[in-house]
Amino acid sequence: MDKNNVKGFLEFVYDFYRSMKAHEITLVYEGEITHQITKAFTSLTESNMAKESESNLVQKKVFHVMVECLQNISKHADTFGSDDFLFAGRGIFMVSKSKNDYHVTTGNVIENTKIDELTSMLENINQLDKDGLKQLYKTQMKEGRLSDKGGAGLGFIDIARKTGNKLDFHFLPIDEASSFFLLTSSISRNG
Amino acid sequence: MEVIKIKGTDDTPNVILDQDNGIYEISGRSLPEDVTSFYEPILNWLDDFAETAEGQTVFSFKLVYFNTASSKLLLDILMKLEEMHENGKDVLIKWYFPEDDEDMEEAGEEYADIVDVPFEQVAYTL
Repeated sequence: MDKNNVKGFLEFVYDFYRSMKAHEITLVYEGEITHQITKAFTSLTESNMAKESESNLVQKKVFHVMVECLQNISKHADTFGSDDFLFAGRGIFMVSKSKNDYHVTTGNVIENTKIDELTSMLENINQLDKDGLKQLYKTQMKEGRLSDKGGAGLGFIDIARKTGNKLDFHFLPIDEASSFFLLTSSISRNG
Repeated sequence: MEVIKIKGTDDTPNVILDQDNGIYEISGRSLPEDVTSFYEPILNWLDDFAETAEGQTVFSFKLVYFNTASSKLLLDILMKLEEMHENGKDVLIKWYFPEDDEDMEEAGEEYADIVDVPFEQVAYTL
């Protein structure tokens, strides 16, 4: 790096640090999501929350949501350039905090052909109440089969049930074949 | 029958399936990296057990956490026990939950709704 680049880079790092502070981002990661990563992130977040004397109930909910979100990326993020295994199961994962909530955000690349199905699945979950979600979970557990990737289609339903909040999702177009799928789950800190 | 004894870790449950001593128990945390391969030997064991079980079988679940992928496999186990019950075997499920853990209590209620097998909920203090 020449002098200007170094300066630019240092400024970028400092800005990045300040944005993280401003949004109270306690964890951010981009890369492959493995089982080891899942274990490391959940235990890190658990110990951070314990330090902040967050209630057991909130800790448990955040743990549940993190596990399901991480598993979604590791099992469903699409591989780009098809054969490029380097991009399998990759995405961005972020935990942030505000006065009243914890937010768990995931972002990963998906094929455009999957957007309709995913949208209707998420919209269906969002319009259901507590009992509706319970029924859907039971039906899905009974009738859904584990896919070869080990998903049972239960993760989103479980997140909605555990948080009691709507799933906040967006698709940002990348090109004609793919989009970036963003999902934010919020867990109230007031139990 | 062979005894299955799997020591629990921070992501896999403790499992004891011991016909000679009449202990059938799954406890702890369940979020294995590969749920299918973790639970497969347990399901296979239950297939053999269904043939040879005598007297009452009390099967205990004492989990503190399981992920959604595990929930499906737990149902598979319960369905095997339901089948034994349907075939005239004396089976009782005991679902233990920490007394302040409503989610775990509700999970037990849901399983009890889905499978037709004697099912007892037991609250305990951590």
